Amino acid sequence: MSTLRSLSIAAARDGLARRDFSAVELVEAHLEAIEAAGDLNAYITVTADVARARAAAADDRRRQKETRGDLDGIPIAIKDLFCTEGVRTTAGSHILDGFVPPYESTVSAKLRDAGAVMLGKTNLDEFAMGSSNVTSHFGAVKNPWGPRDGKDLVPGGSSGGSAAAVAARLCLAATGTDTGGSIRQPASFCGIVGMKPTYGRCSRWGIVAFASSLDQAGPMTRSVQDAAIMLQEMAGYDDRDSTSAPIEVGALEQAAVAGDIRGLKVGIPVEYRFDGMSGEIAALWQKGIEILRARGAEVVDVSLPHTRYALATYYIIAPAEASSNLARYDGVRFGLRVKADSLDEMYEMTRGEGFGAEVRRRILIGAYVLSAGYYDAYYLKAQKVRSLIAGDFTLAFDTVDALLAPTAPSDAFAIGEKMDDPITMYLNDVFTVPTSLAGLPAISLPAGLSGRGLPLGLQIIGRPFDEATVLRIAGALEADAGFEPLPVRDDG
Amino acid sequence: MRASCIKENIAKMPYVIHGENRDWEVIVGLEVHAQVKSKAKLFSGAATDFGAEPNSQVSLVDAAFPGMLPVLNGFCIEQAVRTGIGLNAAINLVSVFERKNYFYADLPAGYQISQYQRPLVGEGWVNIDLACGSSKRIGIERLHVEQDAGKSLHDQHPTYTLIDLNRAGVALMEIVSRPDVRSPEEAGAYLRKLRAIVRYLDTCDGNMEQGSMRCDVNVSVRPVGDNELRTRTEIKNVNSVRFVMQAIEREAERQVEVYETGGAVRQETRLYDPTKGETRAMRAKEFAHDYRYFPDPDLLPLTLTAEYVAGIRATMAELPDQRKQRYIDDYGLSAYDAAVLTAEKEAAEYYERLADGRDPKLAANWVITNLFAVLNKQGRSIANSPISADDLGALLDLMTTNKISGRQAKEVFEAMAEGGGKPEAIVAERGLSQITDAGALEAAVDAAIAGNPKQVAQFRGGNDKILGWFVGQIMKATKGQANPGQVNALLRKKLKD
Repeated sequence: MSTLRSLSIAAARDGLARRDFSAVELVEAHLEAIEAAGDLNAYITVTADVARARAAAADDRRRQKETRGDLDGIPIAIKDLFCTEGVRTTAGSHILDGFVPPYESTVSAKLRDAGAVMLGKTNLDEFAMGSSNVTSHFGAVKNPWGPRDGKDLVPGGSSGGSAAAVAARLCLAATGTDTGGSIRQPASFCGIVGMKPTYGRCSRWGIVAFASSLDQAGPMTRSVQDAAIMLQEMAGYDDRDSTSAPIEVGALEQAAVAGDIRGLKVGIPVEYRFDGMSGEIAALWQKGIEILRARGAEVVDVSLPHTRYALATYYIIAPAEASSNLARYDGVRFGLRVKADSLDEMYEMTRGEGFGAEVRRRILIGAYVLSAGYYDAYYLKAQKVRSLIAGDFTLAFDTVDALLAPTAPSDAFAIGEKMDDPITMYLNDVFTVPTSLAGLPAISLPAGLSGRGLPLGLQIIGRPFDEATVLRIAGALEADAGFEPLPVRDDG
Repeated sequence: MRASCIKENIAKMPYVIHGENRDWEVIVGLEVHAQVKSKAKLFSGAATDFGAEPNSQVSLVDAAFPGMLPVLNGFCIEQAVRTGIGLNAAINLVSVFERKNYFYADLPAGYQISQYQRPLVGEGWVNIDLACGSSKRIGIERLHVEQDAGKSLHDQHPTYTLIDLNRAGVALMEIVSRPDVRSPEEAGAYLRKLRAIVRYLDTCDGNMEQGSMRCDVNVSVRPVGDNELRTRTEIKNVNSVRFVMQAIEREAERQVEVYETGGAVRQETRLYDPTKGETRAMRAKEFAHDYRYFPDPDLLPLTLTAEYVAGIRATMAELPDQRKQRYIDDYGLSAYDAAVLTAEKEAAEYYERLADGRDPKLAANWVITNLFAVLNKQGRSIANSPISADDLGALLDLMTTNKISGRQAKEVFEAMAEGGGKPEAIVAERGLSQITDAGALEAAVDAAIAGNPKQVAQFRGGNDKILGWFVGQIMKATKGQANPGQVNALLRKKLKD
């Protein structure tokens, strides 16, 4: 059945249409594989009953000639940050113990309504805070490309479960969320495609909030074309999210498969070429440049002068918002409650027990930078720098149509590495964070292998709401990168 | 001049606390939380009815479930803009909602969405009406829009506090005055004026007892003649005009005593205890928060167009001050009467219905002197008046067409106040009517003159006062139905003959 699991969405769509196989067969193949690959810990909750029922319904629709479109009957995974009606939602945290939302997030509802079949909820860093998926209350996720040198590897984070599940063929696609790189960095580590759309493109309604001004849902797939198909269904204006944008999405799949990038101008941000960049990352980047040139794009250097402040800015703004967003987990209305003799004590014990170390650290940082006497020096200043960073991109896009950059500074590292010093961990986001701060669309696609045979991703960054151009360039790059998105560990 | 104006001279004197060594004045600023009149909450579609079953008007947004997002209710903003215009205030076309972070069990999100650095409404002013038609301008610093919290119920269970989130997320307007208030009376007049404005505009119920208007009072004192402001205390959540006035009086006296005994007033939050008639300091823990305000990233800055504001301005209901001026200009009422009649929208509407087609001064007199006395005595509001404006109008018509005398009209009015029915029915039932027929009156006058030669002689001897006695005799003889004015004139004429 590994052939069924190795299909792209596009191929599965066509196969279903030709009645080569049924949605139920697709689902059964995946459920069986999920069970067999339990040690990856990619899923927190497997929704086998839901999946079987939805697959059967999809098959029924097909028989009735009432198929809903590209995703009808396609088995996907949902990051466990999206609230799902009647299905436990954890955000990878102990504090949401027993929480079963009576509502479905807008994005997952759109996918459900399009006929996509939810296989389960994927693992993630607690409250999406992390770059390794080791902060999950439900345990670390293993990268299906590992182990290396006898050590299991991280899948990246925070959407590590989704990335691992897509790479290990435990679903055809998955949803992720990206705040500072949480879709793109795990996509790079796991050798898949991950796209963070423009801020405001996908509704945040029903997604457990980490940092509201940065959080954005996006697709994680095994091809650029599939990312386009997924995003087409996920995106769209939602009047329940005041930051959602009423801007037309356009025809994304056509852009992804067009292949023609002649005349497009692609910028290389010179500040990203920092001292100490690994040789293989630099080489990968060069390979990308050459492919784009060979395809007729013009590649030029551009400057994003405030890049070096991005990480510091991000690690003020994101924790500030998180400290406030996570105040609602207080033991009063849902989730974990540790009983105590007073309200304050109940808060302290519930939150002390319910949140892991990384979440507690970020809440503390966030509360600190917002507190009286520090607000101006930290939060306010960070907001000003954020505007400057966004301004860098605006200026660059006066002369170029998109940017090309590496996604992450390294390939996947081993579980347990980089844990001693949070700063080392935060450096994983150095190439992804500036785009997040500017709210721009960006895609990571696998473009080569490291010396250890692990995948490395390149990133295309575009103008606001110009996902189509990002997908067009990514599709062209993908076609010539010659990357076989197959983990060594494929058990099929 | 009305009885209340006997105090005029007193009212014009500044409010001064006579200390042991010197005189002190009180400086007061008020922060009023007025609940926006709206069917739905500020950021959710949940209902806002008062007195509903606990937790029956709570949406997932109000309960701050994971992933829920606020969506601004445009009607609440319209109401707040309307109120801002009513306060003669600048409307800020860009304002920002911020998060005020603190933990409490009835604050589901752990933050209140409020406005901080950039409020919707900027500086304005209101005129307050003081005794005898005088008025004073009180500055408004700002009006901002925010969410209310839920309610903690500490007395429903021996060991648990229960939470009712019906109120959580309801829209409030916080209206902050300048420290322009100088006495408890002015504070009372300010609150009554604010209440009148929001009721005229239909933007708030203005009901302090139900909590749709709540008040925090900032109080400081300083020696008369000083210009520097001294440390103020804040008295939280005072829930009636009377208590606000009492609280200011007590707190000012306390502060004077503190200074005069060599102490210093601490900046702190206090509560007013109406049963003991004193303020007491809250524990530091009850108010010492660092709220960590920052712009709410779930909401974009609120941007209004000048056209939008102009549209609201064009549809403003008449305000109390405008109505008061109209009464002075069109009805010829005194400033005092006009202020009294316009203080409550319902009273003004009652008055206008009554004055329609009648003598406006007579109508004003009857409402202020007679009707308000009855309402006061019966403890009723004008909305529940025992006498409708139409019935009172019918009564005045009987009087002005000389069907009944003024004295009879009072009698009928008292009967109406006790639920006696329509004025015409009472007049008929009691056989009240006025003899205005000249022939009949002349006969009665002639009979009185003929029957009392001794008194006639006294009158002609120069005792003018005896005339009143004659009127009394004739009224008695006619069972009070003779028109006193006509009787008077006839008597004079005939006695002098």
